[in-house]
Amino acid sequence: MSVVVTLKINDIDVSGQEDETILDVAREHDIYIPTMCHLDGLSSVGACRLCLVEVKGMNRLVTACTVKVAEGMEVYTETERLKKYRRMLVEMLFSEGNHICSVCVVNGRCELQSMAGRVGVQHITLPYYNPLRTLDTTHERFVIDRNRCILCTRCVRVCDEIEGAHTWDLGGRGIESHVVTDLNTFWGDSPTCTGCSKCVHVCPTGALFEKGRSVTEMTKHREFLPYLTMMREKK
Amino acid sequence: MYLPEDELQRIDEEERLLKGQYKHHIHVCLGANCLNAHSAQVLSALETEAKARGLEKVCSVTGGGCRGLCVAGPTVTLEPDNVLYGKVQPNDAGDIIASLGGEPVERLNRPTDNPFFMRQQRIVREMEGRLNPERIEDYIAAGGYKSLLKALNEMTPAEVINEITRSGLRGRGGAGYPTGLKWKTVAKARGEHKYVICNGDEGDPGAFMDRSVMDDFPHRLLEGIIIGAYAVGADRGYLYVRAEYPLSVKRLQLAIRQAQKQNLLGNNIAGTAFNFDLQVRVGAGAYVCGEETALIASIEGKRGQPRPRPPYPAESGLWGYPTLINNVETFANIGAIIRNGSAWYASIGTEKSKGTKVFALTGTVSHSGLIEVPMGTTLREIIFDIGGGIPDGRKFKAAQTGGPGGGCIPEQYLDLSVDFESLASVGSMMGSGGLVIMDDRTCMVNVAKYFLEFCKSESCGKCIPCRVGTAHMFDILDKITKGEATLDDLTLLEELCDTVKHTSLCGLGQSAPNPVLSTLRFFRDEYIAHIVDHVCPAGVCEFEKEAVR
Repeated sequence: MSVVVTLKINDIDVSGQEDETILDVAREHDIYIPTMCHLDGLSSVGACRLCLVEVKGMNRLVTACTVKVAEGMEVYTETERLKKYRRMLVEMLFSEGNHICSVCVVNGRCELQSMAGRVGVQHITLPYYNPLRTLDTTHERFVIDRNRCILCTRCVRVCDEIEGAHTWDLGGRGIESHVVTDLNTFWGDSPTCTGCSKCVHVCPTGALFEKGRSVTEMTKHREFLPYLTMMREKK
Repeated sequence: MYLPEDELQRIDEEERLLKGQYKHHIHVCLGANCLNAHSAQVLSALETEAKARGLEKVCSVTGGGCRGLCVAGPTVTLEPDNVLYGKVQPNDAGDIIASLGGEPVERLNRPTDNPFFMRQQRIVREMEGRLNPERIEDYIAAGGYKSLLKALNEMTPAEVINEITRSGLRGRGGAGYPTGLKWKTVAKARGEHKYVICNGDEGDPGAFMDRSVMDDFPHRLLEGIIIGAYAVGADRGYLYVRAEYPLSVKRLQLAIRQAQKQNLLGNNIAGTAFNFDLQVRVGAGAYVCGEETALIASIEGKRGQPRPRPPYPAESGLWGYPTLINNVETFANIGAIIRNGSAWYASIGTEKSKGTKVFALTGTVSHSGLIEVPMGTTLREIIFDIGGGIPDGRKFKAAQTGGPGGGCIPEQYLDLSVDFESLASVGSMMGSGGLVIMDDRTCMVNVAKYFLEFCKSESCGKCIPCRVGTAHMFDILDKITKGEATLDDLTLLEELCDTVKHTSLCGLGQSAPNPVLSTLRFFRDEYIAHIVDHVCPAGVCEFEKEAVR
């Protein structure tokens, strides 16, 4: 049996169970914390840093998706400092890849696009990298366009943790990091891919999409994920 | 009944008898720096020469580890005369053997009564140059493994931890976390197994302290690890060594086999109920694997990427079990603390930083090499007394401590005492012990650019600020050194520093802006000179003739 704790988020009194994260409790109380790499039903990796919050008494910012709540905690999610960092982080994502909304399959339904609006990014002050990235259309039903990838690793995690195939992983490091299928072979040649399309639907941007979809035509369906997680936990 | 003390005693006596047969002992440094300067050939030349003169029964020629004066390598130490020869070549062997018992060879002789040797205090590097790293007998004859037997036979694990806590030892990996507290946390954690990991993934540019410990004193390191395992109740351990240190890997593996043979590792260690199994794991070349959670991922066979803490490895580490991770130098201190007592150790150093610290002194300094000084020694003493000052009559400009995440300390702080708090107060850090001295020919913008290039290429790519931010920072610094930047770029650079420092996931990203921040703090005029006047004050950076404004 888990213990109930009380804490404050943005000076509002809230309660949660001690095995819940700050993000869980905030969402239960309709307090918005931006997230990019987090997805309910997958493990948390704390990679996008958008859910960083200030906790009184801690000298470092902490990721709301990984830190558990504690009795008497005082969390602040919307300080000027955090807002500035979030804008800079989203700007970094835009400057790193090739995000051209007007030709993107998820234009209007893209998490990166809506995040930019949400944290108040109106223009990019950082220079664009315009990197030369690859696109793999060898799979019979899906496409990976690495120009639009933000390296949230949701595809890697869903493939490993939910589907159990572990087709996706990361290659390279630093600014050269990119997602790869199997040991960096073509997706169409992958002997491990089951074609389940989970990776396509958890992808926050238009990096993974179904063939035959044109601009704005790709809608992602993620309902399966909480359902699958819940059914497995019941067992 | 088998008594390990008796066995150690027997080895000790045999060694003394063996050593007593010889009138002269010649130790040739077989550390990595001297080996690169062909010290192995010097060793065999000396052996041949001794045999040719029929002196092989009078003088022993052995590999003997490092004396720290790497600038003079290959070095040869003569005992009991305490003569040190530097820059020895194989064809000097004849003169060296001929001079035994008489006056030392003048052209090779290096005085040992100078501050380089007199001002150092050795705990980690005790007996430097006199222990053959490939023989456990040498270490046992020097009193080795007695601390382990003392801990196993006379102390409970809690007493060992208390002793370490009272000694005030702090982690030598860089952050300076109290070692006793860490041990206590792991000891309290519950788990079917517990692991001990020794972090030998030393990767800071210009740092080679841990390599020297692993190369020259592998058994001192093992003894510290085994005591640590006993204290926290661990039954398995890994020595994580970077692949770039093949000599360390070889000597540690040899040392582990020797220790197993003497029943100092394995099951029922030294006849007690304590079991501990230790293996060497070789890294694959990523700097970030020096970060503890990335190191654990690497041992588990995963991509070497850090993960957010908590949970800390003390609670959930390798394969989810409680894990103690300490740096090489931290473990190398343990034996001496158990042997001499915590009060002795606590009497060395400053109020908050106890003991000694090994530094790899490099850059433009006369006596570059490895030094060990008590905490609290000033930078001035280290650079000008021990290090012999700046060569070629140049002027001191800055000292870079703490590796790529450290900072540059200018002349006005030369009297700063070297300890964890003081270095942090001027925007640098202790780090693992790299100390790079720079003279007035160094461009500080270029230095910052060098370290950012390092961080950018060593970033694992997991979190956005470190992956993208360090790349942007490097680009701006590159523009500045080419005279293409504007003052707006400088403002953006400072904003990027702020974001990367406070939002990155692990220590690599969090400390990556430090070289920029500290050079901006003390050498801002150099940045301005590059941007506004298109001049590099040190004359390092080259600009296009038609500077773009």
